[in-house]
Parts: sequence; C-alpha cells; structure tokens
Amino acid sequence: MKRQIPIFLVFVFGVFMVFQYFSPHEASEWIYKFLMDWIYIIGIFAMALGIWSLIHVSYDKIKHKRHDWGYSVVTLAALFTMMFFGITGFNENGEWGFYFMTQEGLTNPMFRNFFNHILVPIETTMFSLLAFFIASAAYRAFRARNVLATMLLVSALIVMLRFNPYFGDTFGFYMNKTAAWLLNVPNMAAKRAILIGIGLGMVGTALKVILGIERGYMGKG
Amino acid sequence: MKRTTLILMALVVIFFALSWIFKAMAFKGVEEHYILQGFLVTLAAFLTLSIMSFLYKDNPFYKFAEHLFVGISAAFWMSMGFWSTIVGNLFPRLSEGMSNFFKVHYIPGDYNFFFYVPVILGILLLMRLSRNYGWISRWSLAFIVGTTAGLNFIRYLRSDFINQVSSTFVPLLVDWQGIGHFFSSLNLSASGQFIMMLANWVIFLGVMCGIIYFFFSKEHTGLFGRASRVGIWILMITFGASFGYTVMGRISLLVGRITFLFRDWLGLNI
Repeated sequence: MKRQIPIFLVFVFGVFMVFQYFSPHEASEWIYKFLMDWIYIIGIFAMALGIWSLIHVSYDKIKHKRHDWGYSVVTLAALFTMMFFGITGFNENGEWGFYFMTQEGLTNPMFRNFFNHILVPIETTMFSLLAFFIASAAYRAFRARNVLATMLLVSALIVMLRFNPYFGDTFGFYMNKTAAWLLNVPNMAAKRAILIGIGLGMVGTALKVILGIERGYMGKG
Repeated sequence: MKRTTLILMALVVIFFALSWIFKAMAFKGVEEHYILQGFLVTLAAFLTLSIMSFLYKDNPFYKFAEHLFVGISAAFWMSMGFWSTIVGNLFPRLSEGMSNFFKVHYIPGDYNFFFYVPVILGILLLMRLSRNYGWISRWSLAFIVGTTAGLNFIRYLRSDFINQVSSTFVPLLVDWQGIGHFFSSLNLSASGQFIMMLANWVIFLGVMCGIIYFFFSKEHTGLFGRASRVGIWILMITFGASFGYTVMGRISLLVGRITFLFRDWLGLNI
C-alpha cells in the first residue's frame, strides 16, 4: 500500500504521457493539457513545503542556539518581510491591505525594491565571482604541456579575445570569424555527441522510473 | 567575537551609514523618496561588496548576504507562484468567491471540477510534514514523477536523440559540380563551397568520433582508437571554446557590478 500505489501511479501517468504523444486525439490532448496545469499547481504546494522546511530548520537553529544561529534570524526576517510585501501593500485607494497582482505583475514598490536592490545585486555578484575563480583555475590548468592542452588553450584564447579592440580591424575581423566558426562547428559537433549520450541516458532513466526499477524518489520507509 | 572584528564591523556600519546620508543628499530634488532611494542604492552596494569579500575568505558579511538572499529569494518565488498560479490560474476555474476576493476575473464557463484534484494532491503532498502519514505524500510525488518521466522520455528522445542524429547527417559534398569546378571556385568565404563542406565534414566526423570516445564497451585500439583520439581533440576544442564563452559571460556580469559601484553608488563617471 505504502509503496505499491505510488509505483502503480508512476507507471499509469508515465505510460499515458508517452502514449498521448502518439495519439493526437482531442481527448488525449485535453487530458495532457490538464495534467500540465496540475503539475504547476502541485509545484506551488511543493514550494510551500520547502519554505516550511526552511522555517523549521532556521527556527530549530535559533532555538538551540547552534553555530551561526544569528544568520538564521536574518533568513527568517528576510523571508517574512518579503512575503509581507508580496501579499500586502497599498491598494488603488491608497489604503493598506491585501495587495493584488495587476496586469503588470507584482508592482508593490517595496517588493520591487527588494528584488532590484537585494536579489539582483547578490545574484549577479555571485555569478560574476566565478570569473575570478575561473581565472585562478585557468592560471593553474592552462599550460601547453601537450597537444590536447594546447588545443584547449588556443580555442579558449580565440573565443575570449575575439572582441579585443586592440587587434585592429583586419586581425580582429578574422579572430571574430574564427571564434564564431569554432563555436558553430567543432563546438556543435562535440556538444551534439554529448547531447546524444544525454538523450539516451534520460530515456533509459525515464524508462527505469516508469517501470518501477528506479524508486529513489520514494525515500525510505 | 573578537574585539578587532567588532571594531571592523562598527567601522563598516558607520561607512555605509555615511554613504546613505550622502546618497540621500545626492538624490534630493531628483527622486521623490530620496531617503529610501539612498538607502536602497547603499544597501545594494553593501551587498555587492559583501559577496565580493568572499574572494578574501569566508566572513560574516558574506554569510549575512548569503542568508539574506536565501530568505528573500524563497519569499520572492513563493509570492510569484502564489499570485500567478494559484490566484491567476486556479481560483478563476474553481471559485467565484475566491476570484472576487483576489480581484481576478472569474469566467463561469472556465469552471472545472477537475481542478480540485491538484489541490487535493497538493494537500496530500503537505502530509509529508506528518510523522505517521508522511507516506501519503508519495501519491502526489508519484504523479509528478510519473508525468515528468513520461514527458522526458518523449522530449529527450526527440530533441536530444532523433533531432541531433538527423542534423548530423548533412551533405558532405555541398553543391558538388565536379573536382574542376571545386578547385576553380575555391575561396575562404563563409558561404563558399569549401568552408561549407569543411563545416559539414567536421560536424559529421566530430559527432561520430565524439560518440566513439564515449563508447567504453570496446577497447580504444586500432582504427577505433584513432577515431577516439580525434573525438578527444574535438572535445578539447569544445571545452576550450565553452570555457572562453563562460568567462566572457561572467566578465560581463562583473563589469555590470563594477559599473554599478562606480557610477550608481560612488557617482563617478569613468
């Protein structure tokens, strides 16, 4: 009961999703559309579960004054403040209350301000930090020790230096062309080989899940 | 906490408090809410520098920004999901009362009883919080896993396998009108016959040799080994090109943050 029903459900829905592709019947497409909408709706409940887990873990850390518990206070404060701005605000009459999403989206000014001045700066800076780590890794790894390492080095340099304004018009033009060719031809060939492998791997994994061979999603118990 | 750490933190707080005052003064007359605007720009600069401080080592400022990000982003996605999916798409199909409460347009013809099913499945998913009945949440999970597995089966088979294989089988002799014509019209233009043929040969052989390199059921010796060797060359060129491409993307993000710090925060037009 605890494990058989989920395995049966996975099989039924998995097989249906495979077969609906081959049956362009109105009823099949109607059910397909329904199931797609359902996934999004259940996803929101899953998100709520995740947020509850975050609150629970942070609260537990604060309650038992575990290592770095102060930062959990920051997390909870940020979470509740942003949620507060996400559901409340000034309405069109200038009264404070439930905030409702308009055609333009969630235009609550503080919600937007938090997005623009907290979320975006942190996210972009975190991604940009990778430039330093990549540079550091490249300094250590990019040595033309053999043919393969030299190929890696040369293709990376061509792609990185293609927009260099100091190369001048003629050399810069050919550099740009070579980089574009590298990205569009050999790069695509190797990526295609990798994609074919990924495709076969994903199909195999999906089959294992549908047939109940792979049951990791159920956890223990 | 060490005394020097406390002094350092106090200095940072004073520095950014001063920055807030100066920014607010700079925005006065330009922005309506100049105090708030000054605070927000200073906060963004503080958070940018806090994240960058990780380059030195893990420190309290970085941890603060990291935990702030977790809380804000979780609430952001939850709010967006709630308004767009639950309020925007579910309530108008389920309840007139809820639609009216959330001021979304209720269309009587759109009412569909079947939309109670995902709500029930969603509630079942929340049963995971129960110690005794947590296993019921597997039913909802089974729905998501089964549907996604079925979808992925077709999606990956089509886009990552069939489409990629069919795109690999390209004409190896483009516009072929004989060897004489080929040599007489030989040029290095991108749309020329030679470059197009070269591209198709590289793509075809590159894919074949790349796949051979990843095929481990046969020993890589002889002709098979040589093809595998060509495969690793192609892969190395790809890794280099992808590396360069990623670096350029990250550098452009870094340029954006540096521009923000110098132009928007410090007001320097360099």
